[in-house]
Amino acid sequence: MKRWMSVLRTPVGLTATVLSIGVLVLAVVAPLLWTDNADAIDTDDILAGPSAQHWAGTDNLGRDIFYRTLVATRLSVELALAATVIAVVVGLLIGTAPYLLGRRPGRVVLAGTNIAVAFPGILLALFFAVIFGVGAKGAVLAIGFAGAPTFGRLTQTLVAGISSRDFVAAAHVAGVPRLRILFRHVLPNVSEPLVVNATIGAGAALLSFAGLSFLGLGVQQPAYDWGRLLFDGIGSIYVNPAAALAPGIAVLVAGLAFNLFGESVAKGLGVGVVGGIPALPPSPEALEADAPAAEQAHGSGTDLVLDVRDLEVAFPGPTGPIRPVRGVSFSVRRGEALGIVGESGSGKSLTALAVSRLVEAPGRVDAARLDLLGSDLRVEETKAQRRLLGTSLAMVFQDPMTSFNPTRRMGGQLAEGARHHQGLDRASALARAVDRMRAVRISEPERRAHQYPHEFSGGMRQRAMIGMGLMGSPALIVADEPTTALDVTVQQQVLDLLAAIRAAEDVALVLISHDVTVVGEVCDRVLVMYAGKIVEDLPAADLAATARHPYTRALVAAVPDMDTDLDAPLAVIPGRPVDPADVPAGCAFAARCPLATARCHAEEPPLEADGTGRRVACWHAGEPIDLEVDGSLLGRDEREEVEAR
Amino acid sequence: MSELRFEGVTVRYGATTAVDDVSLVVPPGSVVGLVGESGSGKSTLARAAVGLAPVCAGLITVGGAPVPSRGRRPLQMVFQDPYSSLDPRMSIGESVAEAMPRGAGRAERRAEVARLLELVHLDPTRAAARPAELSGGQRQRVALARALAGRPQVVIADEITSALDVSIQGAVLNLVRELQRELGLSILFISHNLAVVRYVATHVAVMRDGRIVEEGATDRVLAAPDHDYTRELLAAVPGLSTPTRSPR
Ligand SMILES: Nc1ncnc2c1ncn2[C@@H]1O[C@H](COP(=O)(O)OP(=O)(O)O)[C@@H](O)[C@H]1O
Ligand code: SF4
Ligand SMILES: [Mg+2]
Repeated sequence: MKRWMSVLRTPVGLTATVLSIGVLVLAVVAPLLWTDNADAIDTDDILAGPSAQHWAGTDNLGRDIFYRTLVATRLSVELALAATVIAVVVGLLIGTAPYLLGRRPGRVVLAGTNIAVAFPGILLALFFAVIFGVGAKGAVLAIGFAGAPTFGRLTQTLVAGISSRDFVAAAHVAGVPRLRILFRHVLPNVSEPLVVNATIGAGAALLSFAGLSFLGLGVQQPAYDWGRLLFDGIGSIYVNPAAALAPGIAVLVAGLAFNLFGESVAKGLGVGVVGGIPALPPSPEALEADAPAAEQAHGSGTDLVLDVRDLEVAFPGPTGPIRPVRGVSFSVRRGEALGIVGESGSGKSLTALAVSRLVEAPGRVDAARLDLLGSDLRVEETKAQRRLLGTSLAMVFQDPMTSFNPTRRMGGQLAEGARHHQGLDRASALARAVDRMRAVRISEPERRAHQYPHEFSGGMRQRAMIGMGLMGSPALIVADEPTTALDVTVQQQVLDLLAAIRAAEDVALVLISHDVTVVGEVCDRVLVMYAGKIVEDLPAADLAATARHPYTRALVAAVPDMDTDLDAPLAVIPGRPVDPADVPAGCAFAARCPLATARCHAEEPPLEADGTGRRVACWHAGEPIDLEVDGSLLGRDEREEVEAR
Repeated sequence: MSELRFEGVTVRYGATTAVDDVSLVVPPGSVVGLVGESGSGKSTLARAAVGLAPVCAGLITVGGAPVPSRGRRPLQMVFQDPYSSLDPRMSIGESVAEAMPRGAGRAERRAEVARLLELVHLDPTRAAARPAELSGGQRQRVALARALAGRPQVVIADEITSALDVSIQGAVLNLVRELQRELGLSILFISHNLAVVRYVATHVAVMRDGRIVEEGATDRVLAAPDHDYTRELLAAVPGLSTPTRSPR
């Protein structure tokens, strides 16, 4: 409900809502109030122009066109709504048929729908008008049926999207019948976009009606809707232009109102409208030909690829800004592999996005310094900077599903960036794509390159995305949870691949993961993040033996490894991560920390470097912890997690 | 307690053979781990068992009887991603109740939901909460409770910890072991993480390119693997050189 209200807050949304309501109210009251005025025949005053008495003039029987336009609102809206209902109902039947009927009959329905959608709507309407006969009933059926395929296809797409989700699979496995699943799980989850598109459809239906009536195929005398009035008005357009103008404006206003209302609701709710193209995240790409940019920075004497000081990312919240990243400082040298670990929500991904300039409004990035290859990323985005980012930074994302266009073959998608930035021709770009796919151990890359994203398993899709990040030869690769969904062997190959590229081309790597073992294996240095801050910065080799922050030590102990005691429960970190909207005073980890003292709850420990370059933020760094791994501690944790909500 | 048995099961998607003539037994009351790289057919095998993937050849039985392809099944599945396996519009209590056998009264169902939530260490008074209000670990517990609501003899767990943070993985694994012991379930536990499988499973099967290449007691397979691929898997386990762990 709150989200619906937010629609009203935009100017367009408010205008559209007011207009739509106005049209509906008019449809109800106009015939009650003004039917007599509209039907009053005055043969002394036929085909008159606008006057104080008749604002829009009169028709060939001397009836007042202004009142007729008002009264016609009801029939026009009624017909449009009736047609919309037909379109929606038939569309729902078509749209859910593939789901209910199963694969093969479903495919037939799908193919039929696709053909029907390809026809222009007005042509279909004309076709149906001929079949159902001229008149209001025929027109309703015609416009309804003509709208059904579009709506059907929308439903199909939405239903297919939801029915591939695991909760639908879970309901199947639980033995819930298909029809019930459709009504309980699928339709409620697609209802918002359906309602929104139906509203927009109503606007379109209104316009179509005007079109059909105008062609003389719609409403017949003595009944009249706006289209009919328009048709009559056009006949006398040289005598009285207002006779056509009044119903024309009515059609326009009402149609626009419905359309805009639907659109702004769609926007407010984040719902897609038919024909909308899903936005793809920017593809990570890099460029060999543009290596000089990197060379330059290299030559300028600095060894730093990335230098970040006091990085902050903030979003507006209901009670002031929320800061998920709170003053992060680190640097990456040429060829270095830096790991960032921490639980989800600790700000790892946002840090990476800030570095890649991918934090979108209303998010705000602040930093005392944010240099990539010596170039300041904080200044206004310039062409040169985009080029620098595009060519020297490769980003490998966490989610492989949303990063590919479902309608294009994988090979082409990988090749695209290389063609664009490296100036490769089609064939060599594709050859490189196949090579990269082989490099990330996708079996039969030649055949796979011709397949679509959905034909890849989740793991393979992820590998393909890493391959895409490696199409060029970047100076810095930022990989956000790239191996989380991969199994060990592929994970190893991918990590080896990243290592090989790092060694061969002196590329720096920032590897983000919640898995401390992966990071420990691959990286030289590890940053541990908690609640938007770095709490420890240490060489990866020291993770297991000499980590000093209690959180780091808990992370290391929480993963089972090949030596874990099989008879004891696993160590767990009690409680839940900190909500960035509600960061406690003092040390953010205090509520979950076995070493916490009064000072920890009151004062925030600073991130301090020791002589060896290690940094840690803890009042009791390195003090011994008695990790009691037994039933009692487990019981306490379970309760706490529940209580913490 | 019942046995889950795959006999010569083959699953094809068009020209791709995702599962190729697989035979595998999960003995009553035991946990069998299934490991292998992504795309090797682990999930497809699991989905075939619960009727979500088309079985071209072979037979899948629970306690000797073929698994029905519609209606209530004697086996349940827990999915990888707790963010997509719960209907965002249903309260967690409704999700759990939906999987319960029909016929019980309202009060009875409510009591059963409370019992199940309690069983997975969730506060039963939160039955009205939507999934969005829960953390990943808590959602995965709800998913476990829903699976148990169907009174299954066999549970298939497909990568149930890999979408979770390490800090809560441990708690979910502890729960799986506890539930298995208390309820005597037979569990097919799918994971790509050998250390996790080692921790929960007494037997392990290794899958590659749609086939089972090795199987046996977990300690035996991990200590003295027969197949090259298993050795490769073992060599690839990322590990810290000396794990810190309390002596107890
Ligand atoms: N719906 C599908 N359509 C076509 N191919 C599929 C489909 N689902 C899985 N596959 C194929 O089946 C194989 C095994 O996939 P999957 O069972 O998901 O692997 P795993 O569970 O081991 O990650 C892969 O080659 C994949 O491409
Ligand atoms: S400062 Fe205190 S609460 Fe924070 S990690 Fe150190 S010991 Fe724990
Ligand atoms: Mg899988």
